[in-house]
Amino acid sequence: MSAVTQDTAVSTGRATRVFLYLILILFALFYLLPLYVMGVNSLKPLPEITGGNMMALPQTWTLDPWRSAWSTAQIGVEPTGLRPYFLNSILMVVPAVAISTIVGALNGYVLTKWRFRGDTWVFGLMLFSCFIPFQIILIPMAVVLGKLGLAGSVPGLILVHVVYGIGFTTLYFRNYYASFPTELIRAAQIDGAGFFRIFWRILLPVSGPIAVVSVIWQFTNIWNDFLFGVSFGGTSQPMTVALNNLVQSSTGVKEYNVHFAGAILAALPTLFVYIVAGRYFVRGLMAGSVKG
Amino acid sequence: MAATEADFRTKLQDWLPKLVLAPSFAVTLLFVYGFILFTVVLSFTGSKMLPRYDWVGFENYQKLFALPAWNTALVNIAIFATLYIVICTLIGLMLAIFLDQKIRGEGMLRPIYLYPMALSFIVTGTAWKWFLDPGIGLQRIMQQWGWESFTFTWIKDGEMALYTIVIAAVWQTSGFVMAMFLAGLRGIDNEILKAAQIDGASNWQLYRRIVIPLLRPAFLSAFVILSHLAIKSYDLVIALTGGGPGRATEMPATFMYSYTFTRNQMGIGASSAVIMLMTIAAIMVPYLYAELKEKKA
Repeated sequence: MSAVTQDTAVSTGRATRVFLYLILILFALFYLLPLYVMGVNSLKPLPEITGGNMMALPQTWTLDPWRSAWSTAQIGVEPTGLRPYFLNSILMVVPAVAISTIVGALNGYVLTKWRFRGDTWVFGLMLFSCFIPFQIILIPMAVVLGKLGLAGSVPGLILVHVVYGIGFTTLYFRNYYASFPTELIRAAQIDGAGFFRIFWRILLPVSGPIAVVSVIWQFTNIWNDFLFGVSFGGTSQPMTVALNNLVQSSTGVKEYNVHFAGAILAALPTLFVYIVAGRYFVRGLMAGSVKG
Repeated sequence: MAATEADFRTKLQDWLPKLVLAPSFAVTLLFVYGFILFTVVLSFTGSKMLPRYDWVGFENYQKLFALPAWNTALVNIAIFATLYIVICTLIGLMLAIFLDQKIRGEGMLRPIYLYPMALSFIVTGTAWKWFLDPGIGLQRIMQQWGWESFTFTWIKDGEMALYTIVIAAVWQTSGFVMAMFLAGLRGIDNEILKAAQIDGASNWQLYRRIVIPLLRPAFLSAFVILSHLAIKSYDLVIALTGGGPGRATEMPATFMYSYTFTRNQMGIGASSAVIMLMTIAAIMVPYLYAELKEKKA
C-alpha cells in the first residue's frame, strides 16, 4: 500500500459518482450497525430493550450494565463478572505474543540469512501448520497438557498459542528479512561479527515494521481465540469463553444490555490495538502473508 | 590450544543457526505432525471417552458417514462456504473498485470496513444473535417503525438459520477482502489503463478485460484465506446459533467437538477431524507448494 494516493485513471460521470458514494456509505452503515446496536443498548436499562426499540437512543442513560458485566454478572456458576477472565486473557496474551514474536524473528533470520540444504522444506512444514484445522490436534493436545500438568492453566494456554503461532510469525519475519541485502550480513561476518551480534546490531534495528505486524496479528488471534480457550481453559478461561457463557446462560432473565456491555469489553483491547496500529497491520499483511 | 578454541568457535558459528531453529522445528514436528498422526491413529480405534488402542479399521469412518448429524454438517459447510466465499469476494471486489475512484473520505471509510476483522467471532455472534432475534431485534424494529407485516425469523427457523451465519461471517470478513483487492488494484500500472482508454475501451470493458484478470493473485489469496476460515468456523456458530435450532446449523467443527468431548465418541470425533484436515490440505498444499516454488526460482 505504498501508493495510497495513486488512484486509478478511470474517469466517471456525475451520476455514477453519486451511485458510488451511495453504495459506499450504505456499506459503511452496514459495518457500523452492530457496533451502534451494542453501544446504544449497553447504556440502557433492560426494559428499554425488551419494551422499546433497539435502534433508539437510551431515554435513561445508565452505566449499570457495564458495572454488572465487569464485576457482578453471573459467569457459569460464579457471580464474578468478566473481570477475572479479562485478567486471564491478559496474562495469557502478553507472554504468548512476546515469545512467539521473538522466536519467529530468530527463525526468519536463520531461514533467510543462514540458508542450508532443505531449509525450504523446514519452512514449508512450519508454514503448513498455520493452516491446519485445529480440530486435528485437540485430542492429543488435551492428553499432553494433562500429562504435563498444564491442563486448565494459563501456562498451558500460553504453550498452545506459542506452538501454533510460530508458523505465522516465522512467515512474517522470513518474508521481511528476505528483502534485506545479504551482502551486509556477509560483510559483517568478515569483520568478525557472530550470529547473534549480526541479528542484534544489524537486523533487529530495522525490524520495527514487521515486529508491529507480528505483534498485532498474534495479539488479535490469541485474544480472540475461543476453541483453545474452551478446550483447554479449565478454570483459567479467557475472556471469549466467559463472554459466551454469559450470553448463552439459560437461567434467569436475559440481560441483553449486560451482554452487549460484555461484548464491547471483550472487543476493546483488539479494537484499541487496531485503531492505534491498524494501518501497519494491513500494510504488513499485504506485504507479508498474501504475496511475499 | 588457541587454534582448537578458534576451531570450536567457527564450528559453533556454523551450527548456531541450526541450533536456534531446531526447537521450533522439533515443536512443529511433535505438536503438529506427531499430533496429526496420533489423531489419525485414534480414528482407527474404538476410543470413547479416553484414548484406547484397539484397532477397529474403518469402522469409525463408516459410522461417521452413516450419521445424519455428520451429513447435515457436510451439507451445511458446503452451502455456507460457497455463499460465504462468493459473497465476500463480490462485496470485497466491488468496494475495492468503488473506493479506488478517487473517493473523498476514503481514509475514513477504509477503517470502518475493516474494523470487524479485529473482533472475536464471539463478539460478532453476540451482536448479530440479538440483532436478528425476532423478539427484540430487526423484526421488531421494522414493525415499530410502521412496517407492521415485516417478519424476519431466520435465526429461529431451521431452514434459514444457516444464512444468518453467512450474514454475520460476511459482515466480519468482507472488509478484509476489500483491503486485499484494494492493495492489488493500487499495484496495477495506471499506464495500462490509460492506453486501453485511448483505444476506446469503456469502463466496464476496462475492468472486465484488463483489471480483473490482473487481480488473479488477489483472488487466489482471498479464496485460500476464506475457505480456510470457513472450514474452521466454530466460534461463530457456537455464539450465534449454538448449532441450532435443533441440528440445523451443525458444522464439521461443531460436530467434531461435541462427539469428542461431550458425547464421548472420541474415535468418531477423530475420524471427522481427519476428514476436515484432508479437505483443507487439498486446498492448501498445492497453494503453498506453488508459492514456495515460485520464491525459490
